[in-house]
Amino acid sequence: MTSILTPVLMANWGDDRPWTLDGYGGDYKAARKALAMDPDAIIQLVKDSGLRGRGGAGFPTGNKWGFIPQGDGKPHYLVVNADESEPGTCKDIPLMLANPHVLIEGVLIASYAIRANHAFIYIRGEVLHVVRRLQAAVQEAYAAKLLGEGLFGSDYSLDVVVHAGAGAYICGEETALLDSLEGYRGQPRLRPPFPAIEGLYASPTVINNVESIASVPAIVDKGVEWFRGFGTEKSPGFTLYSLSGHVTRPGQYEAPLGVTLRQLLDVAGGVREGHQLKFWTPGGSSTPILTAEHLDIPLDYEGVGAAGSMLGTKALQIFDDTTCVVRAVLRWTEFYAHESCGKCTPCREGTYWMVQILDRLEKGEGDAQDIDTLLDACDNILGRSFCALGDGATSPITSSVQYFKDEYVAHWEQGGCPFDPSASTLFAANSGAES
Amino acid sequence: MAISDKTRDEARQLIARYPKPRSALLPMLHLVQSEQGYVSPEGIGMCAELLGLTKAEVGAVATFYTMYKRRPVGDYHVGVCTNTLCAVMGGDAIYAALKEHLGVSGQDAVTDDGKVSLEHVECNAACDYAPVVMVNWEFFDNQTPQSAKALVDDLRAGRPVKPTRGADSVVTFKQAERVLAGFYDGLADEGVAAGPASLEGLKR
Repeated sequence: MTSILTPVLMANWGDDRPWTLDGYGGDYKAARKALAMDPDAIIQLVKDSGLRGRGGAGFPTGNKWGFIPQGDGKPHYLVVNADESEPGTCKDIPLMLANPHVLIEGVLIASYAIRANHAFIYIRGEVLHVVRRLQAAVQEAYAAKLLGEGLFGSDYSLDVVVHAGAGAYICGEETALLDSLEGYRGQPRLRPPFPAIEGLYASPTVINNVESIASVPAIVDKGVEWFRGFGTEKSPGFTLYSLSGHVTRPGQYEAPLGVTLRQLLDVAGGVREGHQLKFWTPGGSSTPILTAEHLDIPLDYEGVGAAGSMLGTKALQIFDDTTCVVRAVLRWTEFYAHESCGKCTPCREGTYWMVQILDRLEKGEGDAQDIDTLLDACDNILGRSFCALGDGATSPITSSVQYFKDEYVAHWEQGGCPFDPSASTLFAANSGAES
Repeated sequence: MAISDKTRDEARQLIARYPKPRSALLPMLHLVQSEQGYVSPEGIGMCAELLGLTKAEVGAVATFYTMYKRRPVGDYHVGVCTNTLCAVMGGDAIYAALKEHLGVSGQDAVTDDGKVSLEHVECNAACDYAPVVMVNWEFFDNQTPQSAKALVDDLRAGRPVKPTRGADSVVTFKQAERVLAGFYDGLADEGVAAGPASLEGLKR
């Protein structure tokens, strides 16, 4: 069977107790190899691999590491962004639940490369068992002398702290995460200075997504050519695509960058039986929605960008013809309004007012002018907010108006929502299959 | 309720884990909840005292994060995801059913017996298991209104419940908060490595 799937990060998730050091293989082979190398050579290796940040922005990971000034006399820090909260995104949580050691091994390699002796894994608080698995894995790594003082016979030492957040989407924004980790309200910082120069405690800091860091051990182990054998020239490697919603077999599908949604839906059993694809997000709710006409675009940074959206977190939320797009967009907008940190006016006020308008539209009490007002509000938020949260809040609105304006109109023409919300549920599908 | 010496001592242990003391504030607030069941005025006072901050500074942080509760929640805090994908897949129906079944309304409202509190939560990173319900931040995947009602009935009756992907049984809110504060409870070896959806990509 030739499958498009290339499980690397998830390869051991089905094994016996893969969350333990024994289950992981008993040793950090790649870290052992890395710590025998010159740190700059590791940075160069990761640069050459072309690994791009898997948290959404796609910034080259090796370049981020290379921005850390060396010999500056300041402590350096590695911070792992494990605050996975972008709606639709559900890859880092299963990764850390099943395979926390691959993350810790990646942390060790990255910290050594940037000359950090202290690393933090900032994980969202609302995932108790994942926090436990990380805590246990870190303890195990210390006990096996894979963390701590004098690692692998070198004079290099590393301490890792697992730090649970407390429920704030904004802390996924890297500078807000730093403020939160310093014990403040999680609000984004003005850049420059960038975290590479003044990050945690005003010291040089690299902040990487879980999946980015977890990809590093395999790159060190198997090499640049192997990694570049997957994916495309500009978006090399493999990645976790998360399919959710109205799909026959939702789940995690690890594949080379550049596969299409059509290919992924093929392996996932297609859209829910008896229904058609209506709209989908390529990478979470902050990436403009796409439709069935985009089934064949390559899901890499360039391909999705060319289609007017963003690859984001590769959170492919699939919605079929039973879903009301206005309801979906209202709910996302409520989310952004709730999570807006309040620091800047366009986002704080804009998201609040957009909820009011969308609520009216969804009830069938809106009119054409409301659409204009919504788009005008988006225009005043996009690019004018302090951070990407505000930009993201406009994505569902502008893209849904672009593709589904008729559906907005239908709401006020019919004086209410034309959809039956029960038809879109998981249990509607079940009862349909049984009857 | 006064803060115990044990909690005070553990708060100092948390401070010692960080290069700068204030970094321990979020863990300390989780620790306060592990003893008090919410962020109590005494807990805010302790954090302020140990970190050299004003109570206003600590309160400003505590009120920013939704996991920090200003009033006690139930022994079992139930969160229903009503972000778009879960809502569409049935989260809205589950949340409505639980509100009615428990006779509570409003965020973090607690049942009369103090056992269960209810909150609608934002995306909990389990979209491939939608609709998702959390109990003390453990995953209950692929729920229906019926299964969610049975779940809270079990919780109120003191019957053990088993998360889909988590420990063998659900610990109390206070016990969970202690883990989130950074004190591991030894339960990582319980439960599955991955749920069925997480493994779909290995079967094809």
